[in-house]
Amino acid sequence: MTDEYGLIEKSKIMDGARMIRAVSRLASEIVEENHGAKDLYIVGIRRRGVPLAERLVAKIEELEGEKPLYGIIDITLYRDDLSTVGANPIVNRTELSADIEDKKIILVDDVLYTGRTIRAAMDQLMDFGRPSKVQLAVLIDRGKEHRELPIQADYIGKTVPTKKAEIIKVMLKEYDDTEAVWIYEKP
Amino acid sequence: MNKPFRRRDLLGIRNLSAEEIIGILNTAENFREINQREIKKVPTLRGKTVINLFFENSTRTRTSFELAAKRLSADAVNISVASSSVTKGETLIDTAMNLDAMSPDCIVVRHGSAGVPHQLAKVSKAAIVNAGDGANEHPTQALLDAMTIRERKGNIEGLEVAIIGDILHSRVARSNIHLLTKLGAKVRVAGPKTLVPNDFAYLVENNLEVCPNVETAIENADVVMILRIQSERQDSAFFPTLREYSIHYGLTNERLELAKKDAIVLHPGPMNRGIEISSDVADSSRSLILDQVKYGVAVRMAVLYLATGGAASGE
Repeated sequence: MTDEYGLIEKSKIMDGARMIRAVSRLASEIVEENHGAKDLYIVGIRRRGVPLAERLVAKIEELEGEKPLYGIIDITLYRDDLSTVGANPIVNRTELSADIEDKKIILVDDVLYTGRTIRAAMDQLMDFGRPSKVQLAVLIDRGKEHRELPIQADYIGKTVPTKKAEIIKVMLKEYDDTEAVWIYEKP
Repeated sequence: MNKPFRRRDLLGIRNLSAEEIIGILNTAENFREINQREIKKVPTLRGKTVINLFFENSTRTRTSFELAAKRLSADAVNISVASSSVTKGETLIDTAMNLDAMSPDCIVVRHGSAGVPHQLAKVSKAAIVNAGDGANEHPTQALLDAMTIRERKGNIEGLEVAIIGDILHSRVARSNIHLLTKLGAKVRVAGPKTLVPNDFAYLVENNLEVCPNVETAIENADVVMILRIQSERQDSAFFPTLREYSIHYGLTNERLELAKKDAIVLHPGPMNRGIEISSDVADSSRSLILDQVKYGVAVRMAVLYLATGGAASGE
């Protein structure tokens, strides 16, 4: 089966139920590692990191009875490929209304691949202040061999070794009509 | 390369579609937040060069473009006519080609003659942004006015906008008329007969009305836009005295009463207090003059970003 871009569907690696369990586990690991929700600041990276971050915030509040701070980062203006991608990508808003100074930041994204998005997000964070630490939570880690920068995730929903020709699609009900993670392959 | 809403040069509003205008405004919305940060700088245009080439005096617009470039990490160079080779007899095209030889990415140009940015766009490899050309257009002013209106009124479609004053010499009026009518506002213009061309409606096909007096234009308006009396352009006498102008055409609280209760007042600056606008109106909560200046930086950041290759924001 192919999708609207001609990509070939290979296999489903997570369905909605598994995604819920993965997010719950990530939330537990985050509060365990950070001894509760105090000073936690969950920051979703646009686009698909945002709904995942919202779910983590809800789950952490459920576990700890305390709601962590929450924000959104748009990395467009901090990308390192602006001069090579032709048309600059669309800019969306960064929303970090609460001060990040001395907070424990958990960056949240759907997929960790080359690490360049995370570099851009960290650079932007540093322009907003000096957090006490920054950690990374991702739903899918495509494997260390793809990394182009020395960046690793602290919390991983599932590690999926992939080839370069493959594409991971994280589908969330906020943007798609289903909840699942699929591997596609370029023809 | 040719994504929708992409246009390398910004020469005027006239040749933009409503979608392109909204794309620029949405992008500017997303740049606003950067101007509120403690570190008001993002690395987006690092290594790019923006030349501000100003053949006419300007403090606000030039500063606004310069800050916009610097907050995007571009290198900004300001050239004003007094210090340029133009005073030594160089032609406009030669000036442009010489600047071009230094590989700027964008040239922001203001000139007293209409069409100069268009001429530069033909010879320059850099993106050209019009910062005001004669009585033709001042597109970034119209965009920041639109942003100010949208912020307070939500939407431009269906609004009634009165533009008062020296319409004849005003590039601000022309750009605004194009923008507002494209986005579905009803525009009414009024001013001294010598300064309001009767056939002004030729500019746009509909939604533009030339009013016989200021009161008719302001009545029931959502937005009252006051133009500056440009004494530097009044070589011949278009009206007898400034005092008389102020009596017949100046925006006072009394005249503003005719507008809608929640009407807002805009002025592109610099204001002549007591002439085209009374001090109590200018300083009232209905006057959004300083908001216009504030949004000007965000609009110009968006324009520089798009001119050097960006895609406009949706929604």
